[in-house]
Amino acid sequence: MQRLFLFLYQYRAFILFVFLEALCAWLIIQNNQYQSAAFFNSSNRYAASVLKASNDISDYFSLKQVNNQLAEENAILRQKITNLEVPRNAGLNYLDSGFLEQYDIVDAKVINNSINRTNNYITVDRGSLDGIKPGMGVVTRAGVVGKVKSVSNHFATIISVLHTDGYISSVIKGSGTFGSIKWEGRDSKSASLLFVPRHLKIDKGDTVVSSGFNSIYPYGIMIGTINEIGIKGNAAFYDIGIELSTDFNNLSYVYIIDNKLQQERDSLELKIGKQ
Amino acid sequence: MNSRTVVAQVFYFIIYITLQVLILRNIVLFDVAFCYIYVAFLLMLPFETNKILLLFYGLLTGLILDIFYDSLGIHSAASVLLMYLRPIWINLITPRGGYELEMRPTLKSMGIEWFSTYILPLILIHHFALFFIEAGDFSLFWFTSLKVIFSTLFTFITILIIQYLFYSPGRSL
Repeated sequence: MQRLFLFLYQYRAFILFVFLEALCAWLIIQNNQYQSAAFFNSSNRYAASVLKASNDISDYFSLKQVNNQLAEENAILRQKITNLEVPRNAGLNYLDSGFLEQYDIVDAKVINNSINRTNNYITVDRGSLDGIKPGMGVVTRAGVVGKVKSVSNHFATIISVLHTDGYISSVIKGSGTFGSIKWEGRDSKSASLLFVPRHLKIDKGDTVVSSGFNSIYPYGIMIGTINEIGIKGNAAFYDIGIELSTDFNNLSYVYIIDNKLQQERDSLELKIGKQ
Repeated sequence: MNSRTVVAQVFYFIIYITLQVLILRNIVLFDVAFCYIYVAFLLMLPFETNKILLLFYGLLTGLILDIFYDSLGIHSAASVLLMYLRPIWINLITPRGGYELEMRPTLKSMGIEWFSTYILPLILIHHFALFFIEAGDFSLFWFTSLKVIFSTLFTFITILIIQYLFYSPGRSL
């Protein structure tokens, strides 16, 4: 017995090392799961307030760009208002009002963002007190951004589209072909469109939008345009490269989409799956 | 460690973490070169620090970095590995005549030759562990290797610059 203790004492550093590495491995696996506790990541209150303070300073360097983006967006909204005011067009807007009843939109400011890592995350300054819940979709006017991973009272961490584990259910506009968008881990401007069968005809420049199948993003949110089409030997699917429409390099404001019918839809689908 | 060195170490810890989180986190050269300056804090702890304590310092530093990088466990794993290998490597490269009591593992105290031999392989191993755990598999092997090599150089050069700028030979830190 004494020898055993002596042995353990002699190799205590190695044993502790193995134990700590196992702990880290457990943490990594935990963190890869879909939702996680909001403590050990950037939506943690203390970490987020440090990031916010840092962002408050660096904001000044991109003021001009942000102004331009907001002005652009203003112009588009103004145009929409003009359309609404013409009574003859009223019939065209039924779709829009249906959309507004189903979805709540919360704007949020990006306080932390990365694009160069294999798995990228974004932190924003809205949290559970603003009605943000894990699993909500995040978009900008230009296109999809990601989905909410975890929230604290005032902050939320978002899994960026630039994350190697994420798939987005998507559809090629026009032909209506379905596929999945996956980021390959290299360039923040491009991604791949998977599972498009080879017998279908597709063209460069086709627009790819979200399909609305998984209740995170509504139908028709822009994802990108096809810029590369290839096919290997006798593979069943095309290799399609797309250019992402969202500029992740300078995200400043994003919109978080709350699908009010999500719970109803999910529980219905779950019930069908169980039968 | 006397109380003065403890205060100094806490001070360096705060400086390095702040530098890493607020400034260097946003700097990436040519999409492949990252700078993880916080390893300098871990590498420059005094020679006589207890082996067990070293592992815990590694874990603590890694966890704080992970919170800001949203990469729970990855920096911790790499830092603990670094801290486990550090005493072994220091033993292997003992200069002739051994280490003296007032020596510190800094550039001014040990000279550029010993210092580079000391930090370069350890930084390489740390970055190798970090990037390959982050990538999750070997599917982007060459791209990840490129990241490892250029980030190692970037971190190494930054540490040298800081050593030349701020550590004066008069101070015994």
